[in-house]
Amino acid sequence: MVAKAVWRPDIKELARIEGQKRPVESGHRLCAGCGAGIIIRQIALAARKPLVWINATGCVEVATTIFPYTSWNVPWAHNAFENAAAVGSGVEAARKKLTRVNRFAGDPDVELDYDVIVLGGDGGTYDIGLQSISGAFERKHKIMYVLYDNEAYMNTGIQRSGGTPFGARTTTTPVGKVIKGKPLFKKPIMDIMVAHGIPYAATVSPAYWNDALVKFRKGFETEGPVFIHAFSTCPLGWGSAPEDTVKIMKLAVETCVFPLYEVVDGEYKLTGPSVSIAKNPDRKKPVEEYLKLQGRFRHMFKPENKWMIEKFQEWVDKQWEVLLKRAGY
Amino acid sequence: MTVQKSVSQTMMALNGDEAVAWAVKQSNVDVVAAYPITPQTIIVERISEFVHNGEVDMEFIKVESEHSALSASWGAALAGARAFTATAANGLALMWEILYITASTRTPVVMAVVNRALSAPINIHNDHSDTMGARDSGWIQIYSEDAQEAYDNTIMAFRIAEEAMLPVMITLDGFTISHTLQNVSVLPDEIVSDFVGVRKIPRIKLPHIYGEKEVPLMLNPKYPISFGPLDLFDYYFEHKVQQNEAMKASVPIIEKVHREFAEISGRSYEPVHMIPYRTEDADVVLLGLSSTMSVVRKVVDDLRSEGKKVGAVRLRVFRPFPADMIRKELSGVSTVGILDRSLSFGAEGGPVFMEVRSALYSSSSKPTVYNYIYGLGGRELPPKLIKKAFNELLEAKEEPEKPVIKYLGVRE
Repeated sequence: MVAKAVWRPDIKELARIEGQKRPVESGHRLCAGCGAGIIIRQIALAARKPLVWINATGCVEVATTIFPYTSWNVPWAHNAFENAAAVGSGVEAARKKLTRVNRFAGDPDVELDYDVIVLGGDGGTYDIGLQSISGAFERKHKIMYVLYDNEAYMNTGIQRSGGTPFGARTTTTPVGKVIKGKPLFKKPIMDIMVAHGIPYAATVSPAYWNDALVKFRKGFETEGPVFIHAFSTCPLGWGSAPEDTVKIMKLAVETCVFPLYEVVDGEYKLTGPSVSIAKNPDRKKPVEEYLKLQGRFRHMFKPENKWMIEKFQEWVDKQWEVLLKRAGY
Repeated sequence: MTVQKSVSQTMMALNGDEAVAWAVKQSNVDVVAAYPITPQTIIVERISEFVHNGEVDMEFIKVESEHSALSASWGAALAGARAFTATAANGLALMWEILYITASTRTPVVMAVVNRALSAPINIHNDHSDTMGARDSGWIQIYSEDAQEAYDNTIMAFRIAEEAMLPVMITLDGFTISHTLQNVSVLPDEIVSDFVGVRKIPRIKLPHIYGEKEVPLMLNPKYPISFGPLDLFDYYFEHKVQQNEAMKASVPIIEKVHREFAEISGRSYEPVHMIPYRTEDADVVLLGLSSTMSVVRKVVDDLRSEGKKVGAVRLRVFRPFPADMIRKELSGVSTVGILDRSLSFGAEGGPVFMEVRSALYSSSSKPTVYNYIYGLGGRELPPKLIKKAFNELLEAKEEPEKPVIKYLGVRE
């Protein structure tokens, strides 16, 4: 069940608590301009309770915990790549049982009243971890799974994933003489997750912090599994300037490459700028504006490859139409 | 097994799987995460019945794979729960990655493995290729001979795991034990409950974060700890050596728990790691694991009545490997036959053979060691074949130039 009362973030209050609620301290090794760092902070700012944080193998895990150092201020655990949702299931089940029997009553050193957050990248979510997420969602564990989607296996050196978009250059979809970039489109990960009948799913672009925080908070307040698809610019893997990270996150929404919406008990609702684009289709920007800031799409701008941009645009238009219909436009 | 004394116990007709399920029911387990696989299925079915009938207060996560079974057990244990899982053969193989992670993070999960042959070809019957394949994963391994021992070992495993801070795998032979009814002495609930207690969370000092305060080693917002960090060439090696030390340090814990269990149950498995049978003056000894050894003991009795000096050793604890004990027990024996119910492809003999022979190498009076590989995919080992092996060993005179490795019961 999704909470009825909607929490509204107060920017002054956020500024006040930001320093205290930071789950990852400065000094971590995430790249300049990495979207994941912003997502982590937004999740923590939206938290209503203490968090227990489960992380799949990936950039975030590697860049925040090189022994003997850790950047984490919250209880944090990493097991493997494909099983973060299963680990989250175990934590949630343990919390339930231990709370039910009041196991740590009288022990001031243990806190059981927490929310379980599971964070995985696109590799850990679209591909190798899909099964364990599906299992956890079917079993209705109260966990919030956040996908930080930087659209390739960035941690291992930019290999394509099921989340890599059409045309993108990666090290396993190079721009060759015959095949130019990735010939396939992204897997419809939101549709797959929504099809599990989970009570709450949403897309998040960290550039729209207000929208993002509200959704993360709703996720925490929802009884049952939650899926948040967060868009995460990767300057290293995308060939973009670190200072363009937020701009790209905005353009993804403005071009409808990554529309903002939520699915509450199966009902689709557009949010943020996607609402105004739905109402005023003229505001929808062409995909070139999004593509041109990223080296991974550079080859698509050559005259002989223009068809790739057209194909990309067609796909975006079609996805957007489907979404509009679902959202009642 | 010697019965020292008896508390009031209920004799129940249980198969091995049911015996394990009963032990789990009585052992204050908080979370079970498991996936069904033949011949382990009865374990998860019985536990499901206990949960669905409200006979036990645990969370049973009916996961979508064995990989998730162990992953969820790991998460539960880290969050402070006592966690149990069970599997067999291919299920254990699917867990392989998480076996190492569970052991290497010193997480006390208990798992029952119902020994079954690994695919391919697919085969549901008993051999030890599954757990032998996992012998280097950092889990304590205790092999059970019958349903009673599977019950006892499961109860003891929780204590051992939590005190040693290592995961424990207890095994029982597929079908031979898992599906065969036996009279099992079941202890009263409260006796088992007192014996295992509820899971206690160890406390550790992390001086650079929490000073002198001893904090609970678990996922806990009061004292956040990071579990499972990246660990590179500057620390990984030391951590692995420490893990190996932890395995060695579990030996006295395993012995202590067995002693205490004998006190409440009257069932002693002394001397714990291996159980010799009529070896005192034996010229020839057969060493092996699990249910086969009850047949071997019968053959020993038969041959003894014919005046032949033979004996048997049943290895119970394969990890940590009791090398010293084996040296002590088998030095002076003229010929030893090692029964292996699995193959190590391309190696010189089966896993048990390699370890035992290696242990005996530094012994001053080395026995001649033969290897008998038997029972793959559930193939029977009838007494006459065991007798044949004994007679062959009795006739073996001199140390052969290279190891003798034979198959028992295979068509040529």
